[in-house]
Amino acid sequence: MILEDKLGTESDAVYTMLMNVHDGLSLEASHALNARLILILMNEIGDAEKITALLEEARSIPLG
Amino acid sequence: MAYDYAPFPYVVPPGLTATEPRHPVAIVGAGPIGLAMAIDLAGHGIKSVVLDDNNVVSVGSRAICWAKRTLEIFDRLGVGDRMLAKGVTWKVGRLFHGSNEVYSFDLLPEDGHKYPAFINLQQYYVEQYLVERTRDFPDHIDLRFLNKVTDHRDHGDHVMLTIETPDGPYTLEAGYYIAAEGAGSPTRNRMKLPFEGQTFEEHFLIVDVELPHSPFSTEDPERWFWFAPPFHPGQSALLHKQPDNIYRIDLQLGPDTDPKTEATEEKVIPRIKAIIGDMAFRLDWMSVYKFRCAKLDRFVHGRVLFVGDSAHVVSPFGARGGNGGIQDVDNLGWKLAAVLNGAPATLLDSYDEERTHGSAENILNSARATNFMTPKSEIETLFRNETLILAGKHPFARKLINSGRLSQPCSLAGMALQSGDHPMVGQSLTDMPMETGWLIERIKGQFTLLTLDDSVWPDLDDIRIVPLPKSDQSAAHYGSKGAFLIRPDDHICAYFNAPDTGALAAALARATGRNQ
Ligand SMILES: Cc1cc2nc3c(=O)[nH]c(=O)nc-3n(C[C@H](O)[C@H](O)[C@H](O)COP(=O)(O)OP(=O)(O)OC[C@H]3O[C@@H](n4cnc5c(N)ncnc54)[C@H](O)[C@@H]3O)c2cc1C
Repeated sequence: MILEDKLGTESDAVYTMLMNVHDGLSLEASHALNARLILILMNEIGDAEKITALLEEARSIPLG
Repeated sequence: MAYDYAPFPYVVPPGLTATEPRHPVAIVGAGPIGLAMAIDLAGHGIKSVVLDDNNVVSVGSRAICWAKRTLEIFDRLGVGDRMLAKGVTWKVGRLFHGSNEVYSFDLLPEDGHKYPAFINLQQYYVEQYLVERTRDFPDHIDLRFLNKVTDHRDHGDHVMLTIETPDGPYTLEAGYYIAAEGAGSPTRNRMKLPFEGQTFEEHFLIVDVELPHSPFSTEDPERWFWFAPPFHPGQSALLHKQPDNIYRIDLQLGPDTDPKTEATEEKVIPRIKAIIGDMAFRLDWMSVYKFRCAKLDRFVHGRVLFVGDSAHVVSPFGARGGNGGIQDVDNLGWKLAAVLNGAPATLLDSYDEERTHGSAENILNSARATNFMTPKSEIETLFRNETLILAGKHPFARKLINSGRLSQPCSLAGMALQSGDHPMVGQSLTDMPMETGWLIERIKGQFTLLTLDDSVWPDLDDIRIVPLPKSDQSAAHYGSKGAFLIRPDDHICAYFNAPDTGALAAALARATGRNQ
């Protein structure tokens, strides 16, 4: 599956905000924030089929 | 006050001295499921002999949460009102994380239903009421205590049982053999049937204590659930009320505990004091469990039929063990009665189809709850903590917290006995107020046509017509046009737009296994 680009011209700005939101956090706190974010985004997507496909896609690319 | 475990009398069975006439049905096990089975069959005019190796009710409270659908079935069996009168209906649930209350919810009574979402009542009371109810059917129920079934053989047209009693062994023959012997099912073991699933490594301590007054902030019964409380770090805990001022405490103990040393007063009393403070209390019952979710592949094996824990076991989160077993009874009773009255024996295949599905759904739900309560890695713990934190503010996250999803009747849509694709087909009946009494009281274990409008149906053999009173509540749930065919177990099996006796006859034939 190739995911459609939905961020358009905001890609850089959004990526920067993701970095900023972790500013000053320990690795442990950042992990917690990420988990929290995933839960929030999952709810925002709100579509179990879509979430399943995205989870599978994330897992399908080899991890380090 | 401690429950009085009065033993039931043992009576010398006739089979010890002379051959007994063949029994239509033998039920092995007089737990809640075997007893309910006998009463349901008696209601359909079927005689049974019930054999139990013991002579007292369940020792310890065990199953305490009885769900609405179960109470409706118990209503038909004649013990629902008594259970409701004695049981505790709690209203407020509180969920804690550490020492903070994450949220609370009000379980408001639902208007327009005879029974609440569930009640708390100790299993020993349920069994006592059921045993007493069997006495109302002296010609139909032959209940024998201290009769241990040690062997059985399916001869194709009947089953031969070997039974051990204090006076020695005897044999008897039965048309059908219902195994209701609980989780350890000797019948299942004798037949070497695989019973596979998931065992959870965690140990749980279950304790009942009698308290002089409520441990909650009010005298109203509440249900408190903790994740990682200060008095029991890193684990979960549950506190709720049963009748007779008995409170149930469930404590997660973790995987590396020794059940023998945990189930001692020395270990348990400090744990209880940590929760309820310095109140005087009486220890009523305690036990340490490891839970399992498993089921048989098939519940029907020739003339041997499996019901209740013999057929499936679940972890108790969501209270699906006893509740699921009562739904087996509800599903099997009318079908077995029909078969014994001449319907094709293949009707019993639908019991297998419908209840293996229901039990798989119960296993899925309780396994999910158990997994949420016992995170298996750091990342699972992290996600759970964040869910609990978010839940303090965001309702969506409250829905992710899983300390057990209460048993709901499953849908039978798309299965062999149901006709058509109306979205309500397959669902169990939702109760409604009638001019007097309740809708669930009107089905009486018989095929019923529930009519929603004024169209006139001709008189029908075998089917009772019940017009649903018009109200906003009934229109919102059932609509206001056409008619539903309701099975004896209160499930909707067909819908008709307008009177059509041909379509009704076809749906009925299908629902009774005569035409599939
Ligand atoms: C701690 C705990 C909490 C629970 N909480 C809930 C809850 O809140 N809600 C819920 O719905 N469920 C709950 N359950 C599950 C519930 O207790 C069981 O699902 C229920 O007891 C099953 O009933 P049964 O009749 O199938 O089996 P059992 O109750 O086990 O009865 C089987 C009977 O068969 C008899 N027997 C066994 N072998 C033979 C033999 N060879 N011959 C003759 N008789 C025999 C036994 O003596 C016994 O009387 C809980 C269970 C536990 C352990």
